[in-house]
Amino acid sequence: MKPMRYFALMLTLLAVSAVAPAAEIQVAVAANFTAPMKEIAAAFEKETGHHIKAAYGATGKFYAQIQNGAPFEILLAADDIAPAKLIAEGNAVAGSQFTYAIGKLVLWSAQPNLVDDQGKVLETGNFKKIALANPKAAPYGAAAVALLTDLGLLKTLQPKFVTGENISQTHQFISTGNAELGFVALSQVMTDGKLTTGSAWVIPTNRYAPIRQDAVLLNSGKEDPAALALLNYLKSDAAQALIRKFGYDL
Amino acid sequence: MLLSADDLQAIWLTLRLAGIVTAILLVIGTPVAWWLAQTRSRWKGPISAVVALPLVLPPSVLGFYLLLALGPSGWIGQLTQSLGIGLLPFTFWGLVVASVFYSFPFMVQPVQNAFEALGERPLEVAATLRASPLDTFFTVALPLALPGFLTAGILTFAHTVGEFGVVLMIGGNIPEITRVVSVQIYDHVEAMEYADAHRLAAVMLIFSFLVLLALYVWQHRGQRRT
Repeated sequence: MKPMRYFALMLTLLAVSAVAPAAEIQVAVAANFTAPMKEIAAAFEKETGHHIKAAYGATGKFYAQIQNGAPFEILLAADDIAPAKLIAEGNAVAGSQFTYAIGKLVLWSAQPNLVDDQGKVLETGNFKKIALANPKAAPYGAAAVALLTDLGLLKTLQPKFVTGENISQTHQFISTGNAELGFVALSQVMTDGKLTTGSAWVIPTNRYAPIRQDAVLLNSGKEDPAALALLNYLKSDAAQALIRKFGYDL
Repeated sequence: MLLSADDLQAIWLTLRLAGIVTAILLVIGTPVAWWLAQTRSRWKGPISAVVALPLVLPPSVLGFYLLLALGPSGWIGQLTQSLGIGLLPFTFWGLVVASVFYSFPFMVQPVQNAFEALGERPLEVAATLRASPLDTFFTVALPLALPGFLTAGILTFAHTVGEFGVVLMIGGNIPEITRVVSVQIYDHVEAMEYADAHRLAAVMLIFSFLVLLALYVWQHRGQRRT
């Protein structure tokens, strides 16, 4: 490399690092968004040099932790309730809430031919256990209950319910075959617009209230330009294309 | 009433689980403890290590392996299916099996210590009086080791009541079947029902303290007497 060009490169690097010193951002992420978040984080880290430390789990648990001083700077929730509550209680920055993805519910089985594309399997009841996320705490669980109520099947299927602590555990119950089928997030069983394994019924979105997943800037991230950069990145075309690829609406 | 019907149900389920697990472990754990206390076999070390494993393993490891082993492609799962029992995860008996594994050392170790503390003398005396080994065990060893059994029983019961991780991983959180107190508290917290969580958590705290207090006061008295 010629000295002049080397010098220019150094100068550019210096300029970049002066504008945005590499920082670490702690993000609490809804379990259903694990797979897309990993790709988004990788792309974001490559672009900005910031490092993302993501914790994946149930939104209700994160809410309790944030209320009690957890050091997260951003919450990517599985609903729009927790972010709103955090703002109302003064734990998050007013005006920073926005919908980063709209979740889609899917009835999924690890077995190839169990679930038909109309969900008739729910009526035939040809299974012992059906898994869903805890409807009290997880929006995907609540959506599943709403759908079953709508189908008039809630009472008959309730004895077969097994509930996961969050949507990841629900997926785990089904993928290990301990529950033959269950309701999970489409993002968990889909990559590049295709079902990865098993059989599924992607439930029409007019059958349940939209699962708006909102992001919010928490108080500890208020002054952090890196956290703001990540929120902006989530709104970018590149990130949104990636989010759609995992089966979310926007 | 301070506690809801669901909470009371969870408490009753937890007590039932702990009671059954303690009873089963008394039956399974005693011969293992006796063997470990008596044996000079080179297998004593490995077997002791296996018995103690649940003390150091995180519940997530145990829960994960149990979920796989009890599941449709696991060896226990295939066994239970071929016996016509069906699959154990998400059932009360699944929790019993998991808790038996998880609480095993809490039963075996205190009983083994009690057997070892007997020494050889009482057993030799019994043998010279022509007592059969089985007779010796039931009429000499068991009564003398009774304090050890009491400690083991209380610890096993309390430890099963306090179980959380394994139950969460293989229980599926079903009311009246697998939703024990610890899971119910977690549920309350997740659903942001903090007042309910507080009430039930306080019950757990007081219960655990009283059990341990009773155990230590009683052990202390025993020591002063001897």
